[in-house]
Amino acid sequence: MKLPDLTELALRNLRESLLRNSLTTIGISVGVASLVAMLSLGIGLQELASRRLMKSGLFDTVVVTSRRDLRNFGREEERSGLAPGESRILDEPTRQEIERLPNVLEAYPDIRFITELRYEDKPHLTMVAALPSSAKSNDAFEGVQGNFFSSELAPEAIIQKAFAEELLGRTPKPGIDETNVKELAAPLLGKDLTMRYAQRETAQTASSAAAPDKAAPGDQGLAAAAYSVVSRELKLKIVGVADLDPESMRGPTRARVFLPLALAETLHVMHPTDLREMSRAASDQPVYSSVSVRVKNPSQVQTVENAIKKMGYNTFSILDASRSIQQFFKVLDVFLGIFGSLALAVAFIGIVNTLVMAILERRREIGIMKAIGASDGDVKRLFFAEAGAMGILGGIVGVALGWAIGQVINIGTNIYLKSQSFPPEHFWSVPWWLVAFAVWFSFLVSLAAGLYPAGRAARLDPVQALRYE
Amino acid sequence: MSSTDRVPHNGHPAIHAEQLRRHYRMGETLIRAVDGVTLKVNAGEFVALLGSSGSGKSSVLNLIAGLDRPTSGSVIVQERDLAQLSREELASYRLHTVGMVFQSFNLIASMTLAENVELPMRFAEVDRRERASLAREALARVGLQARMNHRPSELSGGEQQRAALARALINRPQLLLADEPTGNLDSHTGTEIMNMVREFNQQLGMTVVMVTHERALAERYAQRLIFLADGKLVGDESNPAVAAATATDYAGADGERR
Repeated sequence: MKLPDLTELALRNLRESLLRNSLTTIGISVGVASLVAMLSLGIGLQELASRRLMKSGLFDTVVVTSRRDLRNFGREEERSGLAPGESRILDEPTRQEIERLPNVLEAYPDIRFITELRYEDKPHLTMVAALPSSAKSNDAFEGVQGNFFSSELAPEAIIQKAFAEELLGRTPKPGIDETNVKELAAPLLGKDLTMRYAQRETAQTASSAAAPDKAAPGDQGLAAAAYSVVSRELKLKIVGVADLDPESMRGPTRARVFLPLALAETLHVMHPTDLREMSRAASDQPVYSSVSVRVKNPSQVQTVENAIKKMGYNTFSILDASRSIQQFFKVLDVFLGIFGSLALAVAFIGIVNTLVMAILERRREIGIMKAIGASDGDVKRLFFAEAGAMGILGGIVGVALGWAIGQVINIGTNIYLKSQSFPPEHFWSVPWWLVAFAVWFSFLVSLAAGLYPAGRAARLDPVQALRYE
Repeated sequence: MSSTDRVPHNGHPAIHAEQLRRHYRMGETLIRAVDGVTLKVNAGEFVALLGSSGSGKSSVLNLIAGLDRPTSGSVIVQERDLAQLSREELASYRLHTVGMVFQSFNLIASMTLAENVELPMRFAEVDRRERASLAREALARVGLQARMNHRPSELSGGEQQRAALARALINRPQLLLADEPTGNLDSHTGTEIMNMVREFNQQLGMTVVMVTHERALAERYAQRLIFLADGKLVGDESNPAVAAATATDYAGADGERR
């Protein structure tokens, strides 16, 4: 029998026992709906988490440190590869070299230091970090109040909201994150901060003296650098208050005040690592404790990391962290999928039951069809087509139902979030592939459910079937 | 009806059953429904299988129809031994070579007459448009063109049996097998159906095997009467009255009925 005939006969048969077949199809729909609901919850939560991580702005960033550096991230590479003595220092030529690597957008030195900032004559000790102008487009500054730096060299600062609270003498309530940034920013924007810092004044004098204890073998020659430290003050205008923490992944070294990168570079702030790095520097080229490398696309992070490692530096990227998060969500998806499938398993039994009943009811009809020339295959395919039609129909209705359930839960949760003064979140996602997958899966499950009844119908003995009244 | 409609005969017997047996078990007892039947039916012949209930006449018919398989022996139809055919080949044999009518009509209740008549063509994968016109034609031949879109339950028994006849003939089979075709009909309607069967036999040259327990009916239409009892063949006599009538020219017979 041809497919259009098969479909036509199957749909006609489904219409004949409308109530029973509708109930079975609703059973499938509920199964598919629960599967879709569970999976879209899993996917939605994963997307929410990814979105949050993306906003940290570090998804496409690789942090490069020298292997000699005091700071390490406890990574295994420390022990393999080059010995610390053979490794290279992280200086300006290296930064330029990294910037020339394929897929690298920019590599900027990580300038950060702890210093004192005075606001209305009260001193506050905090970590200050430099931001490249490219950070403006970063998602991390999405919720910034005020503006980004007006120029690369402008004596301006963007402060993190926690620091803003400190400046205003407010203490956030523990646990609940409901700070209104707008309210915080209003009294601070345009105000001055006075930054006190120690400037390193390099005096290019004759060699040797600086730090003889650090003259390890393998150094690129011993350039002498003598310098003095001068105390300086700089007035900074507060131009912005950031809601999100652009450095959320940096842990203990994260900064709360940000300066334009070019400005920070001109300051020559005395840095703890200067003592030993400067002693080995080949020239007066600046030496950095770490360089942040922005990669064009998060998918290229691994390649860039490997290239930089080959150059002899340590690298760290958020990719490592996100990988374990992805793994967690994979497991969550599997669990949610299993729970969702339970309802579909019940629907499976429903289809088997309906079709077995249909065989009993249509015994005579099957006998007639065989008597007038239907083959076993024709009968089998007819039952398969009926099961498949219920599956596709149930799948479509189920996806719609699952989507609706998701919307209701999403709206309900957001009403709750709003009542708790949290921003609304979209943690429910039904991507197109899930729709296609759900309908296809429902179709396959239904065909599988039709396997036994169809086989049984095909094997029916026509003589017996026709005798049956 | 043109002569091209006639089924070609090649001199071989249309049906040749040899030592045909069909035994089955019912609990502890072995039932010998058909027990060593040997018979030949010539192409174009109209044969009646007679016997009381349980004599095995329907079982023989089912074996000839390819609905059942013999326990032993052979049924050769159109030079093919049905006992040797696969399930698939048997289905194709039923579809193309055999047309069947039953005592209880066996139309599918959920389908209209046209759909019922079309059904064998669906299995034969006949083109949709051709199917509709053939079904219309077949129903017109049995006088049901006005009832095409009615369901079987809306029709009388005679009309249902006529529709069943139209369905049986739709794939142009060489064999028409009828199992008590008038059993559920009054005598007037029964005669009407039997006249149609005879017409197909004579005009289309179809071989007809009819099972009945009514000797009078058999004597009126069949050229040969075969008697069965307890699964065995107990008599085989030709019916000179009908045989002679058939021998006269068809035009005359046609003219007589019109």
